[in-house]
Amino acid sequence: MNLGVLFSGGKDSTLALFKAQQTDTVVCLISLLSSNEESYMFHTPNIDITRLQAEAVGLPLIQETTEGVKEKELIDLERAIEKAKSVYNIEGVVTGAVESVYQAERIQKICHGLQVWCFNPLWLKSQEALLREIVEDGFHAIISGIFAYPLSEEWLGRSLDEPVINTLIQLQKTHGISPSGEGGEIETTVLDAPFFKKRIAVTDSEIVCDKYSGVYIIQKADLVKK
Amino acid sequence: MILIMDLNQTSLGSCEFCLPLYSIVSEIEECVIQHHTTAQSFSPYSKIILSGTPLMDTEYLDHVDNFHWLETCNIPVLGICAGMQVMGLAFGSDLIPCLEIGMTQITPLKENALVSRSFSAYSLHRYGICPSSDFDVLARSDLCVQAIKHIHLDLYGVLFHPEARNKEVIQTFVREGSTCSR
Repeated sequence: MNLGVLFSGGKDSTLALFKAQQTDTVVCLISLLSSNEESYMFHTPNIDITRLQAEAVGLPLIQETTEGVKEKELIDLERAIEKAKSVYNIEGVVTGAVESVYQAERIQKICHGLQVWCFNPLWLKSQEALLREIVEDGFHAIISGIFAYPLSEEWLGRSLDEPVINTLIQLQKTHGISPSGEGGEIETTVLDAPFFKKRIAVTDSEIVCDKYSGVYIIQKADLVKK
Repeated sequence: MILIMDLNQTSLGSCEFCLPLYSIVSEIEECVIQHHTTAQSFSPYSKIILSGTPLMDTEYLDHVDNFHWLETCNIPVLGICAGMQVMGLAFGSDLIPCLEIGMTQITPLKENALVSRSFSAYSLHRYGICPSSDFDVLARSDLCVQAIKHIHLDLYGVLFHPEARNKEVIQTFVREGSTCSR
C-alpha cells in the first residue's frame, strides 16, 4: 500500500516511518509547520529540520503551514493529507500516535473523511519498550525540548541512550514524568536512523531555557556521509 | 494459553490492534497471536480474543464463514469491534452502518462483570450489529449496541476498544472468563 507518514522529525514519527517501510511503500512524508509553540497536535521544536530529514531518508516532503490554533490546525492537516493523496496517490496515512486518544481521534476522522487508511503502529506501546526499541534499532535522537520539572537545561541536546532512558524511567517513579514524553514533557529530534542514507550533523545550535522549560534549536545542520 | 485471533488484512493493522492485546493478556497468562485464516486447532487454548481492525479494513466481513466454529465453541471468546461483528454475524445478527470515532459513553443494560457501570470508552468503527435473539445486550451507547453475550455460550462481544482506555474489561475476561456473566 502507498503510504504517507505524518512526520514531525521526532522519535515516534521516525519509528513509525521505520515500521511502515518494513511492510508497505512509503511514498512521502507529511509535516505541518506550526507557528504555535504550544500546538495541541504537532510537535514544534526543530520542525523545520524535517526537510533535511526527508532528504536524508530520500523521500519527498509535503510541508504545510498552520497557525496551530486548536481545531483549526486540523483543517491544515486535512489539506496536507489531501495534497499527499492527489500528488503521491497515498492510500493511507501512518502516525506516531502512542497514547493520545485526542490526537488519534482527530486524525482518524480526517482519514475517514478523505477515505484513506489510518495506521498507528506504535499505538498503546509501553513507553519504556518504545524508548529501548529506538536505541536498539540504532536511532540517534537528541532531546530537543524539555517542558517539565525536574528536567533542566543540561538535558537539552543530550542523545537518547541507555543511561538517559534509565534516568527518565527513574523520573517516572519519582516525579511522574512520562518517560517518552507522552505528556509533552520532552520532545526529541532524530539525527540518524538505520534507514537514513545520510546522517544529520548539527554545526550550530542554541539553547533557550527558563528553569524547567527549554528548547535546543538547531541553527545550522548539514547532511553528511555515513 | 490464550489465543489472540488476528482479523487484520494488513501487517500495520496487526501491530495496532493485536500487539496492545498481547501486552495486556501476557501480563496475566501466556498468549499467542494467530491470523484467523491460519488458526486451525483451538484445543491448546483456554480462551480466545478476536481482534479489531483499522476503520478501512472490512475484509473480515468476506470471511464470516470462517467463524462458524463459534456455534459449537466450548471455551470463552471475547470479540472486540470487528471481532464482535463477526461473532454476531456468525449467529445471524444484522450488520448495520454505525460510525463512532473517539470517546463514547457506554451504559450497561444488564448486570455483568465485563461492563458493570457507565463509563467512557474509545470507539473506532463504521459498523455495529443488530444482535439476533441468540444474544443478550449487555451495554449500549447512544448510537448502537456496545456489548453482547451469547445466551447459552461463553461468547462476549464489545464494539468499543477496551485496550485503549478500559484494560480492566480484557483483564476481567482473561481472569474470569466463563464466570463474567454470573
